[in-house]
Amino acid sequence: MFHRREYRDRPEYWDGVRDQVSVAMGIGAWGLMTGVAMVQSGLSALEAVLMTLIVYAGSAQLAAVPMMAAGAPLWVILAAAFCVNLRFVVFSAHLRPYLIHLPRWERLIKGYITGDLSYVFFARRYPHPGANEEELAQQQAYLMGNCAVNYVAWMGASLVGIALANAIPVAWGLGFAGILALLGVLCSLASSKLRFVSAGVAGAAAVAAWALPLKLNILVAIASAVAICLVLEKFRPQSPGQGAHHV
Amino acid sequence: MFDLDLWTLLTIVALGCITVITRGFFFISSKPWSLPHWAQRGLQYAPIAALAAVIVPEIVMNQGVLITTWKDARLFAAAAGAAWFFWKRGVLGTIVCGMAVYLPLRLGLGW
Repeated sequence: MFHRREYRDRPEYWDGVRDQVSVAMGIGAWGLMTGVAMVQSGLSALEAVLMTLIVYAGSAQLAAVPMMAAGAPLWVILAAAFCVNLRFVVFSAHLRPYLIHLPRWERLIKGYITGDLSYVFFARRYPHPGANEEELAQQQAYLMGNCAVNYVAWMGASLVGIALANAIPVAWGLGFAGILALLGVLCSLASSKLRFVSAGVAGAAAVAAWALPLKLNILVAIASAVAICLVLEKFRPQSPGQGAHHV
Repeated sequence: MFDLDLWTLLTIVALGCITVITRGFFFISSKPWSLPHWAQRGLQYAPIAALAAVIVPEIVMNQGVLITTWKDARLFAAAAGAAWFFWKRGVLGTIVCGMAVYLPLRLGLGW
């Protein structure tokens, strides 16, 4: 998919690679700890490898493994994973105009390989869908370069983590490098005052609503932050479109 | 080590389908459709909100409870990482600087 020649021949592909390489170390540390955690929570090494290769969604994997170990019913596990992944539904609504010109199976594959950071980088670089075929193709190339690095860093590190599951103590807290990677990307998005407000509201709401089941606190936090920013935007018409140029 | 339970395999495959469905939720239908205007405006605040919602609890909470001490390696690491970013603008530096603060505090002082 992302190794296709038509993508690699474009300079945007390598821009995407470069952007994602800047966070690859954090993603790697996070993948490593996810691999360790899956085995330590009760999956066999083979099951953990299959889960890594098939599911490709770190937070959903970490949510599902303890439930599987506890013998939860399948539908409960799937509902939990769906809720943890709900933010991707929001992302897919955003990405639709960028991808809708492609055949359905290709859209679904591209959606499948687009994780959090690939989406964030893409949305930051391309606030608007391409107006013609050439622009759309450039955007695809950028997205694929991004996804390629993300995929390789995540898969490679997860598999290493599974192999080393009993050698790396969780107490070292290496997974925190993944949080720091996300923090760096968050800072790079803080390009307007209202975006600072959005981050502050979402962070506070996620802590306050922590007790909600199925990680729904994340969804509550996004919804409340966006709602408050939209209201504030209405009250500040003197700065129209502030930040609109870099989504 | 190479155990593979059929039920577990089924669960894993179903979880993979959940990934495809959620990441491609609005790609499934080809019918023309677009978001209402307010939602398009709101989307520019969604990515940073999603990141903050994931990160902040990981920094200020422990086992689902707000921490009550300032002696926590994560607080200093996050502050150092953010300071680095606004000084030098690089995500890689943010990770390295943050971990350089985090590991000594955690492994050395046990914070």
